[in-house]
Amino acid sequence: MFGSQAKPKAEEGRNTMSQAGPVTETSSEAPGGAPAARRAKTLEAKEVNLFYGGFHAVENVNMTIEPNKVTALIGSSGCGKTTFLRSLNRMHELTPGATVRGDIELDGEDIYAAGVDPVAVRRLVGMVFQQPNPFPTMSIYDNVAAGLNFNSGKVSKSERDAIVERSLRGAHLWGEVKDRLDRPGSSLSGGQQQRLCIARATAVSPEVLLMDEPCSALDPVATLAIEELIGELKKEFTIAIVTHNMQQAARASDTTAFFNLEESGKPGRLIEIGPTERIFTKPTQKATEDYVSGRFG
Amino acid sequence: MVPPPEATLAAAPRRSIFAHEGSGGTLPKWAPWGAFVGALAFCGAVEAALGWFTIALMLVFGALVGIVAIYAWSRVVEGARRAKDRAITMAIAAAFGVSMAPLISLLYEVVSRGVKGLSWEFFTSDARGVVGGGGAEQAIVGTLVITACAAVISVPIGIMAAIYMNEYGRGPLRRALTFFVDVMTGIPSIVAGLFAYSLFELFFGPGIQMGIMGSIALSVLMIPIVIRSAEEVLKIVPDHLREASYALGTPKWKTITKVVLPTAFAGLVTGVMIATARIIGETAPLLVTTGVVDSTNANPFSGRMQNLAVYAYNEYRSPGVMKQASYDRAWAAALTLIVIVMILNVIARLVYRRYKTEIR
Repeated sequence: MFGSQAKPKAEEGRNTMSQAGPVTETSSEAPGGAPAARRAKTLEAKEVNLFYGGFHAVENVNMTIEPNKVTALIGSSGCGKTTFLRSLNRMHELTPGATVRGDIELDGEDIYAAGVDPVAVRRLVGMVFQQPNPFPTMSIYDNVAAGLNFNSGKVSKSERDAIVERSLRGAHLWGEVKDRLDRPGSSLSGGQQQRLCIARATAVSPEVLLMDEPCSALDPVATLAIEELIGELKKEFTIAIVTHNMQQAARASDTTAFFNLEESGKPGRLIEIGPTERIFTKPTQKATEDYVSGRFG
Repeated sequence: MVPPPEATLAAAPRRSIFAHEGSGGTLPKWAPWGAFVGALAFCGAVEAALGWFTIALMLVFGALVGIVAIYAWSRVVEGARRAKDRAITMAIAAAFGVSMAPLISLLYEVVSRGVKGLSWEFFTSDARGVVGGGGAEQAIVGTLVITACAAVISVPIGIMAAIYMNEYGRGPLRRALTFFVDVMTGIPSIVAGLFAYSLFELFFGPGIQMGIMGSIALSVLMIPIVIRSAEEVLKIVPDHLREASYALGTPKWKTITKVVLPTAFAGLVTGVMIATARIIGETAPLLVTTGVVDSTNANPFSGRMQNLAVYAYNEYRSPGVMKQASYDRAWAAALTLIVIVMILNVIARLVYRRYKTEIR
C-alpha cells in the first residue's frame, strides 16, 4: 500500500482549477490547512421529492451536505438513498421517466433551475459508483485523464501529466501504477480499479464528490484503503457517501443521515440527520435506533 | 424404487458417489468411436448385401445404429443415466455432422471445379473482344468497386441509425423504426434492384445501368443488417460506462463518440464485415442495375459494371463456343468470390481480436 504521505497536492492544480468552471472564489478559506484557491461547496436539499414515472421514490428530503465533511447516507435497501444521491448531480433524470421536485442548491444556486446545464452541474459534482467502472478501452493514464480529454479543450501535455499524477497520488494509487500507466485500466484489481475511478473523478476538480456504495464490491483491505482515502479527500471536497455498512458510516463519516421507508411501495424519507457520533449513540428516533443497533435493516 | 421418507432419513446408508447402476464399470475411451465405426461397417455390409450401397446412406444409418449401439452397450456396463448421456452426446455430434456436411460438400465442389478455370489470365484480363475465352478482371474489379461503394453508403447510415435507436430513440418513433428495419431485412433482393433502377430511371431515362445503381440497391439490403448488428453491439455496452462518463461532466454526444463507440468498436467491425459478406455475392439486383459487361470499368458513375456472381451466372447461362471453358470460368468466379469473403472474415477476426474489450 502506498504510504499516506501522498497527500493531494492541491496547489499544483490550482491554475487549471480556476479555468475548469465558474468557480466563484470569494471568501472563506477551506479548513484543514488546504490552500484557499478552491473550496468545497455546500449542497442543500430543500423539499426534494423524487419520482420514477408514477412511483414516488423519495419524499420531502431537507438536508445540508456540508463542505469538507463526509456525509454518510444510511438505510435499508430500497429506501431511496442512492436515488437521492443521484439527484445531487442530476444523474437521476437519466433514468427514463425519472423526475425531480424541489430545489437542490449548490452554494445557493439551484442546480435544477431553468437554464442550468446538467452537464455543467456534473463537472462540479462528481460521482464514484458501486462497481468500479474504468473505461475498458483506455489505459490507466487515459482513464484518469478522460475527463480532461473529453471536456477541457486544450490542456498541455505537461499540465495533463501533472494532473494525472496528482490525482493518482491523491487516490493513493500512484506508487502502484506509476510504472505501468499505459496498461489497460481493467488490468488492475478491484480495489485498485475503484481508486482509479476516484482518481478519474477528482482529476476534473469537482467541488463535491458523491460515492454510491464505493466499497461494496471490495474486500476488507481494499475497503480500508478507500476509507482512509475518503478521510483525506474531504480536505478538498464535500463528500456524500451511500453505504450499507454501518461500521463504515461510523468510521468514515462526520455526519450521518438515516433514510427509511415505512413499507415497500411507500416513498423513502429522511428520518434523522446529525453528527455521526450522536446518530450512533443517542439517536432521537426509534427507527434510527433500531437500525443502527442492528435490530432491523 | 423410492423408499418411504422415514426409511431414507433413518436407515438409508450414506449414498455412494460411485456409479452403482449397471455393473459399475466404465466404457473405454474409444467407445463412442468404436460404436460409430462398428455401426458404419455393419450398415455398409448390410447395404452391400442388399445391393443398395451408397456412402450417404451408410453414414445416415450408421449414425442411427451407432446411437442405439452406444446406448445399449453403456446401459449394460455403466447404467441408465450414463447411457442416456452417451446417446444424447452422440446424437448431438451426429446433428453437427449433418449440418456441416453441405458446407464441406459445397466447398469441395467449388474448389475442385473452380481451380480448373483459374489462370493468370482469369485475374488479369477482361473479356473484351474475346470469343469464348478471356478473363474475369472486369468482374473482380466490379465486385470490389460496387461492394465498396455500397459499404461506404451503408456503414455510416447504418451505424448512425443504430446510435439513434439505442442511445436517443424513445417511444413510438423508435418502435416504428425497429419495425421498419425488420421489414427491410426481409426485402427480396430483386425488389431492392428494381427500386434502385426506377429511382435512376427517373433522372436518366430508361435503360440506364451504372455501378453506383448497384451499390444503392445493395445498400438497401445492407443498411438493415448493419443497423441490426450495430444495435446489438451498442446494447451490450454497459450503462455504467455511460454513467461514468456523464459523471465527469461529459455531454452525451461525446460520451457516445469517446466511450460507447470505442468500447463497441470490435463488434461494430465484425457486424459490418458480416453485412458486406452477405451482399457481396448478390446477383439479382445487379442484373437489373449494373448489367453485364465484357470490359473492365472501375468508374461506378458511368457505364455498366459486373460483379462475380453476375459473371458466373452469365457464363453459365450463355456459354461461348467452348462450353466447358465457360463453365470452368463460372466455377472459378464462384471460388474467387468465396476466397474474397473468407479474406473479409479473416480481417474481421483479426480486428476483433486486436480491439475487443472485455465488457463486464
